Amino acid sequence: MVLTDSDRELIAAIQGGLPVVAKPYAAIAAQLDLSEDEVIARLQLLQSAGLIKRMGVVVRHRALGYCANAMVVWDVEDAEVERIGGLLAGESCVTLCYQRPRRLPMWRYNLFCMIHGRERSSVLRRIEQIIAFHGLEDIARSVLFSGRDFKQRGARYIEPDNKVEMVKSCHG
Amino acid sequence: MDSVDAKLVNILQTGLPVCARPFDEVAASLDLSVEELLSRLQRLLDDKVLTRFGPMFNAEKLGGALSLCALQAPADRYDEIAELVNAFTEVAHNYERDHLLNMWFVVATEQPQQAAAVIREIEQMSGCQVYDMPKQEEYFIGLQLTV
Repeated sequence: MVLTDSDRELIAAIQGGLPVVAKPYAAIAAQLDLSEDEVIARLQLLQSAGLIKRMGVVVRHRALGYCANAMVVWDVEDAEVERIGGLLAGESCVTLCYQRPRRLPMWRYNLFCMIHGRERSSVLRRIEQIIAFHGLEDIARSVLFSGRDFKQRGARYIEPDNKVEMVKSCHG
Repeated sequence: MDSVDAKLVNILQTGLPVCARPFDEVAASLDLSVEELLSRLQRLLDDKVLTRFGPMFNAEKLGGALSLCALQAPADRYDEIAELVNAFTEVAHNYERDHLLNMWFVVATEQPQQAAAVIREIEQMSGCQVYDMPKQEEYFIGLQLTV
Protein backbone atom coordinates (compact mmCIF):
# COMPACT_ATOMS: atom_id res chain seq x y z
CA MET A 1 0.00 0.00 0.00
CA VAL A 2 1.23 3.48 -0.82
CA LEU A 3 1.14 6.06 1.94
CA THR A 4 -0.59 9.32 1.16
CA ASP A 5 0.61 12.65 2.56
CA SER A 6 -2.33 12.50 4.90
CA ASP A 7 -1.24 9.05 6.15
CA ARG A 8 2.22 10.39 6.80
CA GLU A 9 0.82 13.29 8.78
CA LEU A 10 -1.31 10.88 10.73
CA ILE A 11 1.62 8.55 11.48
CA ALA A 12 3.78 11.50 12.50
CA ALA A 13 1.04 12.63 14.87
CA ILE A 14 0.67 9.29 16.64
CA GLN A 15 4.09 7.66 16.52
CA GLY A 16 5.15 9.21 19.81
CA GLY A 17 2.00 7.87 21.46
CA LEU A 18 -1.72 8.51 21.56
CA PRO A 19 -3.29 10.91 24.03
CA VAL A 20 -4.46 9.08 27.14
CA VAL A 21 -8.11 10.07 26.92
CA ALA A 22 -11.35 8.18 26.43
CA LYS A 23 -11.55 9.19 22.76
CA PRO A 24 -7.93 9.39 21.57
CA TYR A 25 -8.76 9.35 17.86
CA ALA A 26 -11.11 12.30 18.24
CA ALA A 27 -8.24 14.20 19.87
CA ILE A 28 -5.89 13.31 16.99
CA ALA A 29 -8.56 14.22 14.45
CA ALA A 30 -8.95 17.67 16.03
CA GLN A 31 -5.19 18.21 15.76
CA LEU A 32 -5.10 17.25 12.10
CA ASP A 33 -8.31 18.88 10.99
CA LEU A 34 -9.84 15.52 10.05
CA SER A 35 -12.97 13.85 11.33
CA GLU A 36 -12.74 11.16 13.98
CA ASP A 37 -14.28 8.68 11.53
CA GLU A 38 -11.64 9.47 8.92
CA VAL A 39 -8.83 8.91 11.41
CA ILE A 40 -10.29 5.62 12.60
CA ALA A 41 -10.99 4.36 9.07
CA ARG A 42 -7.48 5.21 7.92
CA LEU A 43 -5.83 3.59 10.95
CA GLN A 44 -7.94 0.47 10.52
CA LEU A 45 -6.76 0.31 6.93
CA LEU A 46 -3.10 0.76 7.96
CA GLN A 47 -3.61 -1.99 10.50
CA SER A 48 -5.28 -4.43 8.12
CA ALA A 49 -2.49 -3.79 5.60
CA GLY A 50 -0.02 -4.75 8.33
CA LEU A 51 1.77 -1.40 8.52
CA ILE A 52 0.52 -1.04 12.06
CA LYS A 53 0.86 -4.32 13.94
CA ARG A 54 -1.33 -3.21 16.84
CA MET A 55 -2.22 -0.31 19.10
CA GLY A 56 -0.52 -1.24 22.31
CA VAL A 57 2.17 -0.43 24.77
CA VAL A 58 5.92 -0.76 25.02
CA VAL A 59 6.92 -2.10 28.42
CA ARG A 60 10.19 -1.09 30.03
CA HIS A 61 11.13 -4.40 31.52
CA ARG A 62 13.59 -2.91 33.95
CA ALA A 63 11.02 -0.64 35.53
CA LEU A 64 9.08 -3.81 36.36
CA GLY A 65 12.01 -5.38 38.12
CA TYR A 66 12.94 -7.53 35.14
CA CYS A 67 16.49 -6.34 35.49
CA ALA A 68 18.23 -9.33 33.99
CA ASN A 69 17.85 -9.12 30.26
CA ALA A 70 19.66 -11.80 28.31
CA MET A 71 20.10 -11.95 24.59
CA VAL A 72 20.67 -15.62 23.89
CA VAL A 73 22.20 -16.23 20.51
CA TRP A 74 22.53 -19.56 18.72
CA ASP A 75 24.49 -20.82 15.76
CA VAL A 76 21.85 -22.99 14.15
CA GLU A 77 22.21 -24.85 10.88
CA ASP A 78 20.24 -22.89 8.29
CA ALA A 79 17.89 -25.78 7.61
CA GLU A 80 17.04 -25.98 11.30
CA VAL A 81 16.47 -22.29 12.06
CA GLU A 82 12.74 -22.30 11.54
CA ARG A 83 12.15 -25.35 13.73
CA ILE A 84 14.40 -24.16 16.56
CA GLY A 85 13.05 -20.61 16.29
CA GLY A 86 9.54 -21.98 16.70
CA LEU A 87 10.56 -24.00 19.76
CA LEU A 88 12.18 -21.02 21.44
CA ALA A 89 9.29 -18.70 20.60
CA GLY A 90 6.96 -21.14 22.32
CA GLU A 91 8.74 -20.71 25.64
CA SER A 92 6.88 -18.38 27.98
CA CYS A 93 10.02 -16.54 29.11
CA VAL A 94 11.15 -15.75 25.56
CA THR A 95 9.92 -12.31 24.54
CA LEU A 96 11.42 -11.95 21.07
CA CYS A 97 12.92 -14.42 18.67
CA TYR A 98 14.55 -13.46 15.38
CA GLN A 99 16.64 -14.99 12.67
CA ARG A 100 19.47 -12.62 11.68
CA PRO A 101 22.47 -12.89 9.36
CA ARG A 102 25.84 -14.12 10.63
CA ARG A 103 28.74 -11.69 10.38
CA LEU A 104 31.72 -13.98 10.05
CA PRO A 105 34.34 -14.22 11.36
CA MET A 106 33.29 -11.81 14.14
CA TRP A 107 29.79 -13.15 14.73
CA ARG A 108 28.68 -16.72 14.05
CA TYR A 109 25.17 -16.64 15.55
CA ASN A 110 22.03 -16.52 13.42
CA LEU A 111 19.16 -17.03 15.88
CA PHE A 112 18.52 -14.43 18.58
CA CYS A 113 16.08 -14.55 21.45
CA MET A 114 15.46 -12.30 24.44
CA ILE A 115 14.80 -13.63 27.89
CA HIS A 116 13.85 -11.29 30.73
CA GLY A 117 13.95 -12.22 34.37
CA ARG A 118 14.37 -10.69 37.77
CA GLU A 119 17.90 -12.02 38.31
CA ARG A 120 20.70 -13.39 36.20
CA SER A 121 20.72 -16.68 38.09
CA SER A 122 17.07 -17.39 37.36
CA VAL A 123 17.51 -16.45 33.70
CA LEU A 124 20.49 -18.79 33.39
CA ARG A 125 18.52 -21.56 35.04
CA ARG A 126 15.66 -21.05 32.57
CA ILE A 127 18.09 -21.22 29.66
CA GLU A 128 19.51 -24.51 30.95
CA GLN A 129 15.99 -25.90 31.29
CA ILE A 130 15.10 -24.87 27.73
CA ILE A 131 18.29 -26.47 26.40
CA ALA A 132 17.64 -29.73 28.25
CA PHE A 133 13.94 -29.83 27.40
CA HIS A 134 14.43 -29.33 23.67
CA GLY A 135 17.74 -31.19 23.37
CA LEU A 136 19.71 -28.14 22.21
CA GLU A 137 22.96 -29.12 23.92
CA ASP A 138 24.88 -29.43 20.65
CA ILE A 139 24.03 -25.99 19.32
CA ALA A 140 26.75 -23.40 19.92
CA ARG A 141 25.32 -20.47 21.84
CA SER A 142 26.24 -17.43 23.83
CA VAL A 143 24.35 -15.51 26.52
CA LEU A 144 24.79 -11.74 26.45
CA PHE A 145 23.42 -10.00 29.50
CA SER A 146 22.87 -6.29 29.25
CA GLY A 147 24.67 -3.83 31.42
CA ARG A 148 23.66 -0.22 31.18
CA ASP A 149 20.53 0.67 29.30
CA PHE A 150 21.20 3.92 27.50
CA LYS A 151 18.15 4.45 25.47
CA GLN A 152 14.82 2.74 25.13
CA ARG A 153 11.90 4.17 23.25
CA GLY A 154 9.71 3.30 20.34
CA ALA A 155 11.30 3.76 16.97
CA ARG A 156 10.23 6.90 15.16
CA TYR A 157 9.67 6.68 11.46
CA ILE A 158 8.61 10.08 10.32
CA GLU A 159 10.02 13.51 11.18
CA PRO A 160 11.86 12.33 14.24
CA ASP A 161 12.27 14.87 17.00
CA ASN A 162 15.64 15.51 18.58
CA LYS A 163 15.01 14.29 22.05
CA VAL A 164 17.64 11.93 23.38
CA GLU A 165 16.74 9.84 26.37
CA MET A 166 19.44 8.73 28.75
CA VAL A 167 17.94 6.10 30.97
CA LYS A 168 19.81 5.29 34.14
CA SER A 169 18.41 2.17 35.67
CA CYS A 170 19.34 -1.01 37.41
CA HIS A 171 22.36 -2.91 36.22
CA GLY A 172 21.24 -6.29 34.96
CA MET B 1 2.07 -1.66 40.60
CA ASP B 2 -0.73 -3.96 41.71
CA SER B 3 -2.34 -6.96 40.06
CA VAL B 4 -4.86 -4.75 38.23
CA ASP B 5 -1.95 -2.81 36.70
CA ALA B 6 -0.30 -6.08 35.68
CA LYS B 7 -3.50 -7.32 34.03
CA LEU B 8 -3.89 -3.97 32.30
CA VAL B 9 -0.32 -4.07 30.97
CA ASN B 10 -0.83 -7.62 29.70
CA ILE B 11 -4.00 -6.64 27.85
CA LEU B 12 -2.52 -3.45 26.45
CA GLN B 13 0.46 -5.39 25.12
CA THR B 14 -1.76 -7.54 22.97
CA GLY B 15 -3.40 -4.42 21.54
CA LEU B 16 -6.60 -2.42 21.67
CA PRO B 17 -9.18 -2.12 18.90
CA VAL B 18 -9.09 0.98 16.72
CA CYS B 19 -12.51 2.45 17.47
CA ALA B 20 -13.97 5.62 18.94
CA ARG B 21 -13.73 4.47 22.57
CA PRO B 22 -10.92 1.89 22.61
CA PHE B 23 -10.66 1.65 26.41
CA ASP B 24 -14.30 0.89 27.24
CA GLU B 25 -14.17 -2.85 26.80
CA VAL B 26 -10.91 -3.33 28.69
CA ALA B 27 -12.14 -1.13 31.53
CA ALA B 28 -15.30 -3.20 31.82
CA SER B 29 -13.34 -6.47 31.78
CA LEU B 30 -11.18 -5.20 34.67
CA ASP B 31 -14.17 -3.80 36.55
CA LEU B 32 -12.82 -0.27 36.27
CA SER B 33 -14.38 2.93 35.02
CA VAL B 34 -12.70 4.34 31.91
CA GLU B 35 -11.46 7.26 34.03
CA GLU B 36 -9.81 4.87 36.51
CA LEU B 37 -8.21 2.93 33.68
CA LEU B 38 -6.89 6.12 32.07
CA SER B 39 -5.41 7.34 35.33
CA ARG B 40 -3.70 3.96 35.84
CA LEU B 41 -2.37 4.07 32.29
CA GLN B 42 -1.16 7.65 32.77
CA ARG B 43 0.58 6.66 36.00
CA LEU B 44 2.33 3.71 34.31
CA LEU B 45 3.53 6.12 31.63
CA ASP B 46 4.61 8.74 34.21
CA ASP B 47 6.46 6.06 36.18
CA LYS B 48 8.11 5.00 32.92
CA VAL B 49 6.91 1.43 33.26
CA LEU B 50 5.49 1.96 29.79
CA THR B 51 7.24 4.11 27.22
CA ARG B 52 4.08 5.02 25.37
CA PHE B 53 0.63 3.89 24.36
CA GLY B 54 0.33 3.90 20.61
CA PRO B 55 0.94 2.16 17.31
CA MET B 56 3.49 -0.63 16.89
CA PHE B 57 4.65 -0.24 13.32
CA ASN B 58 5.98 -2.83 10.96
CA ALA B 59 8.99 -0.82 9.83
CA GLU B 60 9.60 -2.85 6.69
CA LYS B 61 6.01 -2.51 5.51
CA LEU B 62 6.18 1.21 6.12
CA GLY B 63 9.03 1.14 3.63
CA GLY B 64 11.52 1.74 6.38
CA ALA B 65 14.36 -0.24 7.82
CA LEU B 66 15.00 -1.56 11.29
CA SER B 67 18.28 -3.19 12.08
CA LEU B 68 20.06 -4.49 15.14
CA CYS B 69 23.64 -3.27 15.09
CA ALA B 70 26.63 -4.01 17.23
CA LEU B 71 30.10 -2.61 17.62
CA GLN B 72 33.16 -3.24 19.70
CA ALA B 73 33.83 -0.12 21.76
CA PRO B 74 37.15 0.13 23.60
CA ALA B 75 36.49 0.33 27.35
CA ASP B 76 38.11 3.74 27.74
CA ARG B 77 35.98 5.22 24.94
CA TYR B 78 32.73 3.45 25.76
CA ASP B 79 30.79 6.40 27.16
CA GLU B 80 31.97 8.75 24.47
CA ILE B 81 30.91 6.33 21.73
CA ALA B 82 27.58 5.59 23.45
CA GLU B 83 26.87 9.30 23.51
CA LEU B 84 27.59 9.80 19.85
CA VAL B 85 25.51 6.76 18.88
CA ASN B 86 22.58 7.90 21.05
CA ALA B 87 22.68 11.38 19.55
CA PHE B 88 21.26 9.91 16.33
CA THR B 89 17.47 10.20 16.37
CA GLU B 90 17.45 7.04 14.25
CA VAL B 91 18.86 5.02 17.15
CA ALA B 92 15.96 3.59 19.13
CA HIS B 93 17.65 1.41 21.75
CA ASN B 94 21.17 1.08 22.99
CA TYR B 95 22.34 -1.58 25.42
CA GLU B 96 25.72 -2.42 26.80
CA ARG B 97 26.27 -6.18 26.62
CA ASP B 98 29.00 -8.44 27.90
CA HIS B 99 30.67 -9.64 24.73
CA LEU B 100 33.51 -8.55 22.48
CA LEU B 101 30.74 -6.74 20.62
CA ASN B 102 29.75 -4.73 23.67
CA MET B 103 27.41 -2.06 22.32
CA TRP B 104 24.11 -3.14 20.78
CA PHE B 105 21.65 -0.69 19.29
CA VAL B 106 18.69 -0.54 16.95
CA VAL B 107 18.69 1.75 13.92
CA ALA B 108 15.22 2.57 12.62
CA THR B 109 14.78 4.75 9.56
CA GLU B 110 12.10 5.75 7.15
CA GLN B 111 14.10 4.48 4.19
CA PRO B 112 16.63 1.65 3.91
CA GLN B 113 19.33 3.90 2.41
CA GLN B 114 19.13 6.14 5.47
CA ALA B 115 20.01 3.21 7.72
CA ALA B 116 23.12 2.52 5.68
CA ALA B 117 24.04 6.21 5.88
CA VAL B 118 23.55 6.33 9.66
CA ILE B 119 25.67 3.20 10.08
CA ARG B 120 28.42 4.64 7.89
CA GLU B 121 28.37 7.86 9.86
CA ILE B 122 28.59 6.02 13.18
CA GLU B 123 31.55 4.06 11.83
CA GLN B 124 33.32 7.23 10.74
CA MET B 125 32.65 9.10 13.97
CA SER B 126 33.51 6.21 16.29
CA GLY B 127 36.27 4.57 14.29
CA CYS B 128 34.59 1.23 15.04
CA GLN B 129 33.20 -1.22 12.53
CA VAL B 130 29.42 -1.58 12.85
CA TYR B 131 27.98 -5.05 12.30
CA ASP B 132 24.38 -4.74 11.21
CA MET B 133 22.03 -7.69 11.55
CA PRO B 134 18.58 -6.93 10.19
CA LYS B 135 15.99 -9.53 11.06
CA GLN B 136 15.29 -12.15 8.43
CA GLU B 137 12.49 -13.94 10.22
CA GLU B 138 10.47 -13.12 13.32
CA TYR B 139 9.00 -15.50 15.86
CA PHE B 140 7.00 -13.28 18.21
CA ILE B 141 5.52 -13.53 21.66
CA GLY B 142 4.76 -10.68 24.07
CA LEU B 143 5.98 -10.53 27.64
CA GLN B 144 3.20 -11.71 29.90
CA LEU B 145 3.55 -10.50 33.45
CA THR B 146 2.70 -12.67 36.40
CA VAL B 147 -0.43 -11.22 37.99
